[in-house]
Amino acid sequence: MPVISKGELKVWQRRDRAKQLKIWAMWFVGVAIFMFCWKIISDATTWFFVFDAPRIAADIGGRAWPPRWEYLSELWKPMWDTINIATLGTLLAIIMGVPVAFLAANNTTPSRKFLRPFALLIIVSTRSINSLVWALLLVSIIGPGIFAGTLAIAIRSIGFVAKLLYEAIEEIDTTQVEAIQATGASKLQVIAYGIVPQIMPAFAGLSVFRWDINIRESTILGLVGAGGIGLYLQSSLNILAWPQVTVILIMILIAVLISEWVSSKVRLAII
Amino acid sequence: MSTASPSRTWKRPPLIKDTKLRYGLLLFVIVYFIAAFFSYEVNWARVYEGLDRGWEFIKAFSNPDFVTRWKDISAGIWESIVITVTSTVVGIILAIPIALGAASNLAPKPVYLFCRGIIAVARALHEIIVAILMVAIFGFGPLAGFITLAFSTIGFIAKLLAEDIENISKPQAEAVKSTGSGWWQWINYAIQPQVMPRLIGLSIYRVDINFRSSSILGLVGAGGVGATLNTAFDRYEFDTAAAIIIMIIAIVLVLEYVSSFIRAKVQ
Repeated sequence: MPVISKGELKVWQRRDRAKQLKIWAMWFVGVAIFMFCWKIISDATTWFFVFDAPRIAADIGGRAWPPRWEYLSELWKPMWDTINIATLGTLLAIIMGVPVAFLAANNTTPSRKFLRPFALLIIVSTRSINSLVWALLLVSIIGPGIFAGTLAIAIRSIGFVAKLLYEAIEEIDTTQVEAIQATGASKLQVIAYGIVPQIMPAFAGLSVFRWDINIRESTILGLVGAGGIGLYLQSSLNILAWPQVTVILIMILIAVLISEWVSSKVRLAII
Repeated sequence: MSTASPSRTWKRPPLIKDTKLRYGLLLFVIVYFIAAFFSYEVNWARVYEGLDRGWEFIKAFSNPDFVTRWKDISAGIWESIVITVTSTVVGIILAIPIALGAASNLAPKPVYLFCRGIIAVARALHEIIVAILMVAIFGFGPLAGFITLAFSTIGFIAKLLAEDIENISKPQAEAVKSTGSGWWQWINYAIQPQVMPRLIGLSIYRVDINFRSSSILGLVGAGGVGATLNTAFDRYEFDTAAAIIIMIIAIVLVLEYVSSFIRAKVQ
């Protein structure tokens, strides 16, 4: 702890001079980078539109209210599709993600040199691409519709499910596994009775958590033609039918809040 | 345990203990899946036709084309990075006061409810929907993307930081208070040091999320590499699309590496 003596007085300081200067320098670089990035955005912006924004926002708000509630009757089918995309997508992701997790976990992988890096590559590549990009790709490959949306959600979720699950597998209590091995169990039996019961709570929790996220993501897949309520949002926006947009947004908000409530209830029940 | 029963076999304990709930849920799930399955209409002929294109896309990864549209790609990636940096910084700066307000052990009830309301709205709507509205209000370009991501950063950081502030150790806070500190000193010396590691960890994680999101904002005209990617898919230029996707994955990998390094150092 650096103490500086000013005449008679001894003053305590948190850091010594060199450390303090280093911290100031880092702040300076950080602020400079931020200002530089801000300048780029500022250059690309038509500021006239921005100054005009409050008026535009008020204008849109005025047109969006009151919501056109009759439109609700047309929305039940796409909402059902949206929920199906999220649920079946999550299910597919679990089916594909669980084997990947077992291949990726250090203590269950059959080959550490070959299969483990391959499994990690699957996890990283599916996780870093947004589900909307997957939807874009799948729509151009297998055509528009909820099937493409379901696959997009499934592929994006593989990495998520597999990553969290393999971390849970790596953290298990090895004594239980050894106990099962000592009974003369085969490799599959060890997994079924020694590992699976230990990761079951984590697995159930992350599945429900991902389902909750997927409900939110599947509401927008329609923007690129992958089915669900986003399709109706897109067409309402295209014809500037703001009262319909309001109805859709309210419906999405309610669906997301319900799914969040369900998922938190289930996770509390498990833990 | 009755020793009279002729054969005793062990059964695994079920995940859900209540029998009625267990079979009720099972029945519900089966009925749901049957209903969901029949509402799917898959045009298998179209899927089959598309398989060739899918194969072409996979092949494109072995031969990505960075060169032909390099100007568009580099401009898009650059814009994505710029949006990520600015939106994360501004989002965090705005999230900190909201997190203080949303912590039930610091804020009075009205402030608490107001801040929780902001967080709920910021988290409920998907970034793309917010981006559509922002583009409509502020016009096309990276500014709309910046505002969108800053907004969703507020929801994310403020929620998790508020939870962390609610879980601080009270003795430390009381010790600082008993020295006669003012409110600001109390926040600065009792609360801030306790939540700082978590705040840094969350911020770095959010950089990662924001970059991933900024790559799709271009689809609705809010800047970033998404517009280039969309055009590449629309024109079936899979080699260019593969190049963009490879670049996104590479940058996410670098960010993940840096973030795990910094988090290990902080905690």
